[in-house]
Amino acid sequence: MPEEITRLTHKYLRHDKKFPHIWCPGCGNGIVLGSLIRAIDRSGLHKDDVVLVSGIGCSGRMTVYADFNTLHTTHGRALTFATGIKLAKNSLHVIVIMGDGDATAIGGNHFIHAARRNMDLTAIIINNQIYGMTGGQQSPTTPYGSMTTTTPYGHIENAFSISELAMVAGASFVGRGTVFHVQLLDSLIERAIQKKGFSVVEILSNCHVQFGRRNKMGSPVKMMKWFQEHAVTMQKAKQMNTEDLEGNVTIGVLTDSDKPSYLEKYQLVQEQAKASLKK
Amino acid sequence: MNRTGAKRKNILLMQGNEAIVEGALAAGCRFFAGYPITPASEISEGMSIRLPQMDGTFIQMEDEIASIGAVIGASLAGVKSMTATSGPGFSLMQENIGFACMAEVPCVIVNVMRGGPSTGLPTHPSQGDVMQARWGTHGDHPIIVLAVSTVRDSFEITVEAFNLSEKYRVPVIILSDEAVAHTRETVTMPSPEEIKIIDRIKPEMPPEWYIPYEVTSTGVPPMAVFGEGYPYHITGLSHDVRGFPTQRPDETDELIRRLYRKITQGFHEIQKIKSFMMGDAEIAVIAYGSVTRSARQAVLDVRQLGIRAGLLQLVTLFPFPRESVETVLNQCRAVLVPEMNLGQISREVKRVNQKDTRVTTYNRVDGQLITPEEIYSQLIQMK
Ligand SMILES: Cc1ncc(C[n+]2csc(CCOP(=O)(O)OP(=O)(O)O)c2C)c(N)n1
Ligand code: SF4
Repeated sequence: MPEEITRLTHKYLRHDKKFPHIWCPGCGNGIVLGSLIRAIDRSGLHKDDVVLVSGIGCSGRMTVYADFNTLHTTHGRALTFATGIKLAKNSLHVIVIMGDGDATAIGGNHFIHAARRNMDLTAIIINNQIYGMTGGQQSPTTPYGSMTTTTPYGHIENAFSISELAMVAGASFVGRGTVFHVQLLDSLIERAIQKKGFSVVEILSNCHVQFGRRNKMGSPVKMMKWFQEHAVTMQKAKQMNTEDLEGNVTIGVLTDSDKPSYLEKYQLVQEQAKASLKK
Repeated sequence: MNRTGAKRKNILLMQGNEAIVEGALAAGCRFFAGYPITPASEISEGMSIRLPQMDGTFIQMEDEIASIGAVIGASLAGVKSMTATSGPGFSLMQENIGFACMAEVPCVIVNVMRGGPSTGLPTHPSQGDVMQARWGTHGDHPIIVLAVSTVRDSFEITVEAFNLSEKYRVPVIILSDEAVAHTRETVTMPSPEEIKIIDRIKPEMPPEWYIPYEVTSTGVPPMAVFGEGYPYHITGLSHDVRGFPTQRPDETDELIRRLYRKITQGFHEIQKIKSFMMGDAEIAVIAYGSVTRSARQAVLDVRQLGIRAGLLQLVTLFPFPRESVETVLNQCRAVLVPEMNLGQISREVKRVNQKDTRVTTYNRVDGQLITPEEIYSQLIQMK
């Protein structure tokens, strides 16, 4: 559908301003940007009602290219800025883009607390299992045994699972996808945007330059193949035993519940506070 | 709020911290994010009661980094915002304060100073954070720092802090200390009509003409609010006039210099001082914060002995009120700078002292207030 692509590109990208982008050829970040734009378009949101907030990292640069209200914050702190925006102006749809280091190392505390509060935000985490921007150092999601520029003898720490972390911390929606399974990704992001409360989409993405190259997957194609072969849908996973699942990742909707969001509860606080004044 | 003993409705007995809450609300603050810390917690507590009554929002965040982040976010969404903390929390906020300087986001940060460094003396006053307030975040950046000395001040200066922050699109730091924060005094509250309130200037041109970081004559560009039809990009990276990242030397230089220029151009309005018995003074005390209270008394007492002493109270600490201090240095033989630190403002006074006027320092770092008697005996030695 080339016309559709042209329409979306013209409508949502700041094409006349800041392209070419800074990402390496073949980087998964571009695929995520495409998915995000399609999901926003399908959600029917008005561009000016969307605030796109990002942290620092390769992923963080996404806010430069998309034509919404965009805010490129400090490393790890995107969710805190987003919380302020949403609470100050409830009508805005606030979508937060983070890298795995951004969201779970320096920003890990903010991440679990945003989930615990069920804050009305959508968090999109591009998990490339490495620090891309700073040159391939280990991140909290780097798999055990991997080679990175700061684990020259192999990584000895265990990795976080971002989605499971978000679930136990209290997010109302958690979905996981990969940059290979793009249609699933579009629908996960769309559902996350429409969800009230804290919604998370974790996206396994390729940083072939910093992660792949050091771990026998030096091209985008090799990494895509890995995602294709190792991603298991939730339906399929239910029929597999734990042993077979070992070394694979489940994709799809991991949790979707309707619990009161932070904003809903704070609006009750405001009513209560105003009533106490009248007494 | 404690309203005991109020004869007329607008005379209230309150603490410095409570006065900051009331000042902020009077200035139009409707968002507060904070993290508990002695001796600033009463500000959070007050806000948690008062803000939801006024359709505002209070939130206790997971730490001070998150608090200032949320405050900046709320301000970008068009709501006047504040946070309050003390030394350890103030240290944590520094990176995001720099973001607010760079992206020109109005916000107010209260630091109720306690003894430091580190956890220090949580329940004792100090003035140890003066230089951190000025230079705490990395990089060359302009910032406004105001100091409060009484409960009444705490109200008025908080209003002023919001006004300056909105007008110049810069974070404003209010330095209070444990003594002012927890002292109870009666304050005659001004009526709403008496309070001058300044709001940020918003763009009025058609959205396609809006250049978010345009170089204007005042150096302060109009500020669009998220969701009002002027989508633009905001970043802590060095940016061009449209807000997009740049590494071009000419654009970077222009940006950093404009950030300074907007404050320099507003210097006369930003510089706030109070003179006490300075008319015929031969020796002067230069003080700020709770030390001014003792200094006033000491000046009155030495005048009894015929010593012509005066007091220059610095309300604005930064940009440093150079002109007023120079005038005092030119007029007086000797100047005393008493501080509850080892000499932070005295260093600034010495820096602008072109005439070799004698500058004496008097310092305490034991968590105790400087008394009128101590300043009195210093002044006697200087006569
Ligand atoms: C406070 C702070 N510490 C460190 C950095 C340097 N830094 C920039 S990006 C980054 C990590 C990027 O990794 P990730 O968040 O996974 O994002 P990616 O680049 O892979 O998209 C770091 C450590 C910084 N900008 N700020
Ligand atoms: S370094 Fe990695 S994450 Fe960054 S742009 Fe290149 S491929 Fe993408």
